[in-house]
Amino acid sequence: MLNQRARAVKYGRRANNSFIVFRCADVDVLDCSVPQYNNRLDTPLPDVPFVRNLGADQKKLKEKEKGAWTSLSKEEKLALYRLSFELTYPEMKRGSGEWKTVLGGIFFFLGFTGLLVWWQRFSVFGDVPHTLSPEWVEQQTQRMLDMRVNPVHGFSTKWDYEKKQWK
Amino acid sequence: MSLPKPVMRGLLGKRLRFHLPIAFTLSVIAAVAFKYAVTEPRKQAYADFYKQYDAMKEFSAMREAGVFESVRPSGE
Repeated sequence: MLNQRARAVKYGRRANNSFIVFRCADVDVLDCSVPQYNNRLDTPLPDVPFVRNLGADQKKLKEKEKGAWTSLSKEEKLALYRLSFELTYPEMKRGSGEWKTVLGGIFFFLGFTGLLVWWQRFSVFGDVPHTLSPEWVEQQTQRMLDMRVNPVHGFSTKWDYEKKQWK
Repeated sequence: MSLPKPVMRGLLGKRLRFHLPIAFTLSVIAAVAFKYAVTEPRKQAYADFYKQYDAMKEFSAMREAGVFESVRPSGE
């Protein structure tokens, strides 16, 4: 059990990194009793560097880092960065294509709902009330015009009472 | 390390002094615009309608159409 905890299990794409896990009941579990490395936008300096167990070349680079930094080449500086950090800020912030899945799912389920509503219309709903039949609506409209509904701005202004037709 | 100290106080007051006159003016403009674009034409339309309105003629027309319960069309 203890030697399982001391071993840094290969996690993610790199070996010798600081995602310290141990195996428990066939599951990889983060060991939160030791400081962990994290890629977070709001914590620019994590508790531990990303690569803990340095190889020989990396140790040499670290020794060179103790001197003047102007003597470091660009590749060396980048290598030192990658020793301390797994992801850069742009890499952390990069978008994913998830929105396409979300939008596709929304449209798919909207379509499915449309099918359900259509089925409901002809299999579940009863008949429409008789007051919506064309004869009834015709008599209703005539009565509304006789009553002079909204004569200033509205309904009755659209009817020509002399010619007995719509304007 | 020689940046000037940022402003720490009076931020809300400054924002209000800037935005409140603008908000007030825009609200007044909106109200005046609504009055002269909507309510005045509407009042005028009603005034014009009733200037030419013959109540008895309209009443007779409605009576003949048969919409009243207190007076039936003159034929019955």
